[in-house]
Amino acid sequence: MAQPFRLSRGGRIDRTRPVRFTFNGRTVEGVHGDSVASALLANGIHLVGRSFKYHRPRGILSHGSDEPSALLSVDRGPGRIDPNNRASVVEARDGLKTLSQNHWPSLEHDIGAINDLLSPVFVAGFYYKTFMWPKKFWDRVYEPVIRAAAGLGKAPAAPDPDRYANRHAHCEVLVVGAGPAGLAAALAAARTGKRVILADEGPEPGGALLHETSAEIDGRPAAEWLDGALAELDSRENVILLPRTTAFGYYNHNHVALAERITDHLPNPGTAPRERLWQVRAGEVVLATGSHERPLVFSDNDRPGILLAESVRVFLNRYGVAPGRRIVFATSGASAYTAALDAKGAGLAVSLVDLRAEDECGPELVELRAAGIEVLTGHTVIGAKGGKRVTGLVVAPADRAGRCGAHRLLPCDCVGMSGGWTPAVHLFSQSRGKLGYEATIDAFVPGTSAQAERSAGAAKGTYDLAACLAEGDAAGAAASGSAERRRFTASPTLTGFRPVRAMPTDADPAKVRAFVDFQNDVTAKDIGLAVREGFRSIEHVKRYTTTGMATDQGKTSNMNALGIVAGKLDTTLPSVGTTTFRPPYTPVTFGTLVGPARHALFDPIRTTPIHDWAESHGATFENVALWRRAWYFPKAGETLHDAVARECKAVREGVGIFDASTLGKIEVVGPDAAEFMNRLYINPWLKLEVGRCRYGLMLKEDGYILDDGVVARVAPDCFHVTTTTGGAARVLAHMEDYLQTEWPDLRVFLTSTTEQWAVIALQGPKARAVIAPLVGGIDLSPEAFPHMAMRSGTICGVPTRLFRVSFTGELGFEINVPSDHALAVWEAVHAAGEPYGITPYGTETMHVLRAEKGYIIVGQETDGTVTPDDVGLSGMIAKAKKDFVGKRSLVRPDVVAAGRKQLVGLVTDNPKLVLEEGAQIVDDPGQPIPMRMLGHVTSSYWSPNCGRSIAMALVADGRALQGGSLHVTTPEGFARVTVVDPVFFDPKGKRIHA
Amino acid sequence: MLEALYRTARALPLGRPAADPAGSGILIRPAGAEAHVSLRVRDPGPSAAGLPLDRPINTVSGDARRWIARLGPDEWLIGSDEAEADALPAALAADLGERPHAIVDISHRNVGIDVSGARAAVALNAGCPLDLGEAAFPAGTATRTLLGKAEIVLIRRPGPVPLYRVECWRSFSTYVHGFLTEAARSAG
Repeated sequence: MAQPFRLSRGGRIDRTRPVRFTFNGRTVEGVHGDSVASALLANGIHLVGRSFKYHRPRGILSHGSDEPSALLSVDRGPGRIDPNNRASVVEARDGLKTLSQNHWPSLEHDIGAINDLLSPVFVAGFYYKTFMWPKKFWDRVYEPVIRAAAGLGKAPAAPDPDRYANRHAHCEVLVVGAGPAGLAAALAAARTGKRVILADEGPEPGGALLHETSAEIDGRPAAEWLDGALAELDSRENVILLPRTTAFGYYNHNHVALAERITDHLPNPGTAPRERLWQVRAGEVVLATGSHERPLVFSDNDRPGILLAESVRVFLNRYGVAPGRRIVFATSGASAYTAALDAKGAGLAVSLVDLRAEDECGPELVELRAAGIEVLTGHTVIGAKGGKRVTGLVVAPADRAGRCGAHRLLPCDCVGMSGGWTPAVHLFSQSRGKLGYEATIDAFVPGTSAQAERSAGAAKGTYDLAACLAEGDAAGAAASGSAERRRFTASPTLTGFRPVRAMPTDADPAKVRAFVDFQNDVTAKDIGLAVREGFRSIEHVKRYTTTGMATDQGKTSNMNALGIVAGKLDTTLPSVGTTTFRPPYTPVTFGTLVGPARHALFDPIRTTPIHDWAESHGATFENVALWRRAWYFPKAGETLHDAVARECKAVREGVGIFDASTLGKIEVVGPDAAEFMNRLYINPWLKLEVGRCRYGLMLKEDGYILDDGVVARVAPDCFHVTTTTGGAARVLAHMEDYLQTEWPDLRVFLTSTTEQWAVIALQGPKARAVIAPLVGGIDLSPEAFPHMAMRSGTICGVPTRLFRVSFTGELGFEINVPSDHALAVWEAVHAAGEPYGITPYGTETMHVLRAEKGYIIVGQETDGTVTPDDVGLSGMIAKAKKDFVGKRSLVRPDVVAAGRKQLVGLVTDNPKLVLEEGAQIVDDPGQPIPMRMLGHVTSSYWSPNCGRSIAMALVADGRALQGGSLHVTTPEGFARVTVVDPVFFDPKGKRIHA
Repeated sequence: MLEALYRTARALPLGRPAADPAGSGILIRPAGAEAHVSLRVRDPGPSAAGLPLDRPINTVSGDARRWIARLGPDEWLIGSDEAEADALPAALAADLGERPHAIVDISHRNVGIDVSGARAAVALNAGCPLDLGEAAFPAGTATRTLLGKAEIVLIRRPGPVPLYRVECWRSFSTYVHGFLTEAARSAG
């Protein structure tokens, strides 16, 4: 068997099911149940990456999601490659390709390792100090170079071919973590019959029980108890058990986000989504998230082969892999003794170095010595030997003052280190709960809750197995409102440690490379430097040194970093405080966050009933809010300019047909409808006759134009209101707001009919002739049906509200028909118009035609700071009205003051020059910079009907400048323009009444 | 000829797609042409046109051919067979008499999609954040809510298997149908 470090027995793996994957092109064989990390270790591969900053050789530190160093690029097939996967949590399976990162030309020989030799230069804050001068070098030299060197791993370049899902879920109790405490909590809650969701990040629920080979629970081996617990949970309909699911974010109102990994571990994923985002709203949350082991901080503590002590135990017991044959455990606490016993039991050469003095140790010391293991108490670790793999540990006796005695080299090929334990309080912290410092276990533990949650087990600083079970049970019962409590018996757990920040050493401090944060390459020296340079706040130290940043979020590094800062400042740990833990707990793919919101599901694309016709007639579309509108209808070989010119001519000379279905429509109904309209619009409405229309202008409270549109009075108590396409939702909300909060006494009801009515605009001198044969029940003659009138009748047998209105200045109709009939009516009208050369036109032509007439578009001529008078529409204000929304603001001093920008027309000296919309306007282009800007161009087009360019602009005191000259910026310089009235075509408005 | 077209051949936006587009056992069926009315009335009295107006908010009454969902204190959504499109508003108006009210035909604004199957709620929960469990959302519940980025009305009808009606606006129906299809594919 290849796998020379695979133990012959033990572990939760299936030795009969081999798996093969590659690491840097080399085939690695593992077995079913392996992680990539355990399979690499089974093959004696420890060197798996280069560190972020110094390119130091790095190995596998941990067995879990706190792994800071073994970050691999994982390739699952074309388009399915992503960087920075923790080798310890990627399940080994056939066909994976894994690659180490951050080296060139190879993992073994990395040019970037020069950074390590230059490390005295690359101290904390190196960039801030070095790249200050000369200032102009920053943009052109420093930043590009730093950016090129920064980042870890390569982002995938191909589109992600996988699917991702989203699911909202509700439960009474959400339990995070399926270790002993979480399982006990879930069992207790499940027995009440309430809905329980139990999520665990591992492929197999069980947490620490998965590598617990010696302990017993309730008289049974722990593994058996685990099987029983899982079987019970599985049998209950009210329980959803989610393996491979990380609770990564804890938000308001017990809204917890989970990332479920569904297919990555499967060689043939089928059609299932790759990952699923669960958005759980839980009545109560139990956090049983366990704890992280702390590394010891000593010189070269990052050498491959140096692991966390408990991780050594996990690889031995769960994966049946020996991380080395000769293991030295270095510790300041009891838990590593359990690992040493298991290693000895696996037949490996084991010794243990404990910083604690004999009298500080508990029963573990006797137990270990009885097993024949050499234990050096009161010893520090001076440093590690070896480069790409640890070869030995230099230890020395150290007294409490840190004085070191004679060095001794302990040869080894693996080190298991333990600096104690840190509860995983990330989610609790995200829930905005207050952490409290517990001195007896040297840890921040959950204190005051901010939400309906409770922590249990190691996440709360409880490390004894029986206590974890009892605490989990109590938390689950309390969360589900049960008064029942269970008792558990379990083998005692070896707990307790002496907090140590950096191991005592007699080496020259300037030469010691003792890592605190392995992922961000931060050493104890860097943190000391930050404090020496005046940083006091832990948040500042974090940012200056980058310790605890990025995806690691301080899992392994936090307490050591805090402790070093506290030591340097000669203060206590709680007074230093801790940094804020940010979501996500572990990295989450973009795909999971995006979910199904891609392509057609990215946003609703709203189309009209006539969309398919427009598409099949070659229309080009533009986006207007969520709508897709026909922009122009190019014929073969036509440009936008050609098509629009043709469409504009057709409307003025014959007839054009336009899809105006996207116009917002609101049915305003009720005995007080006219009064309501009167209060909302600047215009008068009380006397508008049934069957007549009015152009309505609506202001916000500040007196600025909010929206406009034609309104028809359908009945004394019913108005058919139209709004702009983009303003439909805004106007309805504005109306409802006033109706519900200001005038609840008004008996008025608002109903959106935007999509009930499709609108076919027929514009041009031939419009009447086209529809005459199709319309029933309406006298179309100009006398009976004048401009700005509305009649109900039929068209093609379909009921219609026929408006005689015009946004083009031509004779025009807007045919409102129920949406499902719109296409048939459109096709009938189009067919009837063919003898007249009917021309479909799009929004671009609509814009040009209205500009020729000087009609404003809200959002183009207005920008939220424009009053009716600014655009020349103050004549519409009903003078007799006591009040309307915005009225009082129209007499504000700045609104009535001279110098406001007013709507004018501009014509260029050169008739062919089309100005740029947004271009600035000045009177004297020769004046010194900064020039006094008088306004800007709001609309600008080539007008086929005027045979020249036209523009509208807002210009300070513009109306008084009529006939005068101004200058407008263009990419080539200033262009001279003449100020004119903004009505460029048919200024007398005769055509509209035809 | 065109007269005949009105009443018989509404061009429904979703047409007639497969009933189980995802092959997931979750049926997603666009409703045929139906009449829809938005009814707004204060001080409604017990009923109008035979439809109850005194039921609690967020409940639906009636059967598949004629139903009324109370969405707010003064707001109801009514659905019925297309054949009732003219008669129903008239009957409502007659019964409501002088009470201030609004009866607005929204037959062409609203598009109905029926979602049914044992796992229908799972598919809906892909985009609807509400608790659709038995206790919180039993048959007979109706509410305005969200499905992904679209506003919908969600109605749960009684039946041997879970049966939901999703109502959305016409131009959102392609998105809503596509969203439900994708959700059904991922509901496993």
